Amino acid sequence: MNGFFEDYSAYIMCFLLLTVGLYGMLLKRNYVKKVIGMTIFQAAIILFFILTAYKEGGTVPVKDPTLPLDQADAYINPLPHALMLTAIVVGVATVGVALSLLIRVYGAYGSLDEDKIQQEASK
Amino acid sequence: MIGEHLPALPILLYLFLALLMPLAAKLGRGLPWAISWLGSLAVAALGAWGLWHTSTEGPIRYAMGSWAPPVGIELVADPLSCFFTFAIGAVSAFVLLHSRESVERDCGASNTMTYYASALLLLAGFSGIVGTGDLFNLYVFLEISALAGYAVLGCGSAKASLSSFRYLIIGTIGASFYLIGVGLLLAKTGSLNMADVTAILHLEGLSPATTLAVVFILVGLGIKMALMPLHYWLPDVYTNAPATSTALVAPLGTKVAAYALLRIGYEVLPYEALALDLRVFDVVLALGAVGIIWGSVMAIAQDNIKRMLAYSSVAQIGYIAVGFGLATPYGYIGAVLHVINHAVMKACLFLVTANLEHRGEGVSIKGLNASLRRKMPVTCACFAMAAISMIGLPPMAGFFSKWYLLLGSYEQGSWILVVVIVVSSLLNAVYFFRVLERLYLGKDEGEAEGASPSRLPTVMSFSTLVLALSLLALGFGNVFIVSKFISPMLPGF
Repeated sequence: MNGFFEDYSAYIMCFLLLTVGLYGMLLKRNYVKKVIGMTIFQAAIILFFILTAYKEGGTVPVKDPTLPLDQADAYINPLPHALMLTAIVVGVATVGVALSLLIRVYGAYGSLDEDKIQQEASK
Repeated sequence: MIGEHLPALPILLYLFLALLMPLAAKLGRGLPWAISWLGSLAVAALGAWGLWHTSTEGPIRYAMGSWAPPVGIELVADPLSCFFTFAIGAVSAFVLLHSRESVERDCGASNTMTYYASALLLLAGFSGIVGTGDLFNLYVFLEISALAGYAVLGCGSAKASLSSFRYLIIGTIGASFYLIGVGLLLAKTGSLNMADVTAILHLEGLSPATTLAVVFILVGLGIKMALMPLHYWLPDVYTNAPATSTALVAPLGTKVAAYALLRIGYEVLPYEALALDLRVFDVVLALGAVGIIWGSVMAIAQDNIKRMLAYSSVAQIGYIAVGFGLATPYGYIGAVLHVINHAVMKACLFLVTANLEHRGEGVSIKGLNASLRRKMPVTCACFAMAAISMIGLPPMAGFFSKWYLLLGSYEQGSWILVVVIVVSSLLNAVYFFRVLERLYLGKDEGEAEGASPSRLPTVMSFSTLVLALSLLALGFGNVFIVSKFISPMLPGF
């Protein structure tokens, strides 16, 4: 059992971070805190992808003249890193759209608290 | 020549036109509107041509930027994807044709350029989801369409922005879950290309990690398509958004996610393990059946027509889920046919609500009265046709997709499903006849004639009418559509 935690400790921390983000998105009553939760959630996913690329003792995936050509194992996998560049861009765009929607909501209701807005809306 | 590049054309056309919008708006005020609906019409033509071509000569595979798959991104045009491309182009063309006055009214005359640019990006995302053969690329297009969708649904009132923000939170969770699933698949198989992943999973079967991936992907897509317990975002968004945005997103957005479910569930993931070990199809079937009844009952309880139609969307997605979950040829035919039928029906019904709003009539059912059938005869007739199709009376299109689903359930011997489908038709009848009764059976009070304000613009009644009449065409043409196009799509069960 100890071996399991040692081998997968990084993944476990990553999924803990994921649940923190999910908790913020679903249960926080303030909309900006929901956006913060969303950012944590997306960061956890990015870390998860990077973790899958990690190799014990692997080096950067740029051709190293001291290594023989047939040793692909010596490099870490660059594909998840490339994918996560796209995911980071998507995340930034999502936060941007979310905040711009919130500016309109704040302008109309004068608050970003879910309870206050619901009171305001039901009036 | 064109055939070779067909898979990339709809996506590139939409993206390119979206970029052209600022320039077009400088040249003429009506130009963004004209370009966007003509572009959609062109995509519909591409889809129709591709459907014809691929169902006789087999799918077209396209290596984007000449990077050979499985390393590069692959786009695929096969009968199923061309069918969806056609549906996206055709439905959005008439919704956009209809939209000119309502966009100016709901979002402000100065925002039309941004509105049409977002709408085209939304459609680019949809056609990308349909056209891609790469799992991560599908995520990117899912987010493109979602981000443009939040903008399109959130313009107009502050209430629309609020519900659009709530949708953004839920939608991001859905897309991120899908991304986690893809990450697990990538870690396990080392590939993102759908055909490649299929081959590898076929050899290796499901491990615990890939099982987790299946769960994440299905839950993520379930949120995106508003499958029964994951649908809470849908009614608010559809009710508060401007009428045109709802008419654009409601018929297509959830259907595209259903397409991703069909494609990944039947073709990418190993079918045997999914059906026997995980019993995924039974779960989706059960959720769909519950969704059908629950959505219909909730629709009866609503007074706002838009909200009623939104709940009925939840029910209709249930039908598609049932077709998916049956996992038989009849179920598959029913699901695919219901996608196009429901897209046309819902677009038509939401355009009717847009017409009502345009004439200053409320969207409350209690506020409707018989004088409407004199003031807006075409709109009322279109509503009646689409409503009859939703209920599922022949010869309208809605009857035939339900018929195939009934045949599929009968073939499986699941009598509960037969009962669910028949009862839900009755429930549909209850909530639509409530409206039809007020429109057609009530007494026309015959108020003063001179009070009639601005007439409905011709394009508005025209596009609503075209969608309503195409329901008749889809109904009469269903044998042709099924035998010529849907049968070649069938995956091996």
